[in-house]
Amino acid sequence: MNELQLKVLELLKEDARRDAELIATMLAVPTEEVKQAIAELENEHVIVKYATVVNWSKIDDEKVTALIEVQITPERGRGFEGIAERIYLYPEVKSVYLMSGAYDLLVEVEGKNLKEVASFVSNKLSPIDAVLSTKTFFILKKYKQDGIIFEEHEGDHRLMVSP
Amino acid sequence: MIKDEQKQPSAPERRDTMADYLAPLVRGIKPSGIRRFFDLVSTRKDVITLGVGEPDFVTPWHVRESAVYALETGKTQYTSNAGMPELRGAIGQYLNDRFSVEYHPANEILVTVGGSEAIDLALRALIAPGDEILIPEPCYISYSPITSLSGGKPVGIETYAKDEFKLKAESLKAAITPRSKVLILCYPSNPTGGTMTYEDWLPIAKAVEEHDLIVISDEIYAELSYGAKHVSFASMPGMKDRTILVSGFSKAFAMTGWRMGYACGHQDLIAAMLKIHQYTVMCAPIMAQYAALEALQHGLEEKDRMVEAYNQRRRLVVKGFREIGLDCHEPQGAFYAFPSIVSTGLTSEQFAQRLLDEANVAAVPGDVFGLGGEGHLRCSYATSVTNLTEALERIGNFVHKLKQG
Repeated sequence: MNELQLKVLELLKEDARRDAELIATMLAVPTEEVKQAIAELENEHVIVKYATVVNWSKIDDEKVTALIEVQITPERGRGFEGIAERIYLYPEVKSVYLMSGAYDLLVEVEGKNLKEVASFVSNKLSPIDAVLSTKTFFILKKYKQDGIIFEEHEGDHRLMVSP
Repeated sequence: MIKDEQKQPSAPERRDTMADYLAPLVRGIKPSGIRRFFDLVSTRKDVITLGVGEPDFVTPWHVRESAVYALETGKTQYTSNAGMPELRGAIGQYLNDRFSVEYHPANEILVTVGGSEAIDLALRALIAPGDEILIPEPCYISYSPITSLSGGKPVGIETYAKDEFKLKAESLKAAITPRSKVLILCYPSNPTGGTMTYEDWLPIAKAVEEHDLIVISDEIYAELSYGAKHVSFASMPGMKDRTILVSGFSKAFAMTGWRMGYACGHQDLIAAMLKIHQYTVMCAPIMAQYAALEALQHGLEEKDRMVEAYNQRRRLVVKGFREIGLDCHEPQGAFYAFPSIVSTGLTSEQFAQRLLDEANVAAVPGDVFGLGGEGHLRCSYATSVTNLTEALERIGNFVHKLKQG
């Protein structure tokens, strides 16, 4: 990873809609170099996707999200990989992390309502042979996600004109 | 060029209005041009403002939290007049590390209520009635009025866009008279973004020595230097004892509202300033001093990130103005661009007024910053990239319309 790629990533992380020309101006490098850096980052899957951070609680179509602590028995030769894959391939699973500590996988599951998430846990997740136990925690409110604060209170309080 | 004598009305025979009770010196001071423009702008909605002379970042949380903790643990008293010894120590260390100037925390550093107080103290400590104070312009709007309030005579020295608003020794020498006593420097410059390198300073330092001047060097924007590293005037050979270095936390650490500044200089000068300071404000607020200490101890990386963000926006803004067809010298410091609007045929005042009325963009007309400011517009890029992009588009459309007549 070269320095330009790192700076491009930082600027895209702030706002993925910035185009190569704007980024080139901000970094004082030719536009072509930025385009190339972005292409390389995309090819190497460093940039995985350009997605939108949505505050679903703002619209009626509210969703329910749960974090589930999962204890599993690792498989000989494959460790946690196979089980993790069996879990993350479900579309209702939004993220899966391998954790240190008292449990093994942290699974984020999203559903239309409480019942749907509960049914996922009892019908899909728990029955997996390697799964020893689950603990489900429903998220009540999201304050901040991926470094982005949902309800920013620190607006611009400056005077419109000052010396 | 010597400014018009401030009108000092003689004492009226009868005091008919409250204004008649005011001191003539104060009555003679004109309200700032920025204030007038502020009143115009503040009633408007949907305005994008490039008129703000302070960072758009909120003070980093760890700094704010340290002030909260100071309050929780009962830090609500006076401090030593000159400021907490630990803070003075940290300031001394920081100035040495960053700008290679050495000041003894015990008697060469004074913590003040913003850089503004430090400038006021320095001028009051130095000026005897009739002394001439040399002020390169365009510049920050306070120097001239404070000079007048202290009984001094402000002498403006014009600087030019063709020189990137650097102070030239010829202009300085032309303004010097036997009454010249103090030279006020502000580089990186508000409003022009101009900076001075070591080579730029050499002839100035020579003239200061030759004419036995004292320098008040307002280096509040020192950290916001984008090309070469900032060179403190106090670090020039032989200049330390002749210089009162003024700086603070407002710009570099996004701490404007905390009012934390400092002055450094020869112990005799600092002692004189301390005398005024102890009778007027006693000491800077203790919780703000704890916050400033935290900023110096753990805030340097965050400061660098903010400076990098300003630099990115600076490039965006300069390119934007040039594409619009407005001449814009490349500012090397602070967070202002100072494009020329002469090609539009309007004065600064007219341009700023119409830009506000017709394009909903606020920027400060250059003439309020003194000599050499007319024909320019001060545009602060301490605002988001989204705002800057939108503002540039609006200014572009406005200028295009103007030029089509």
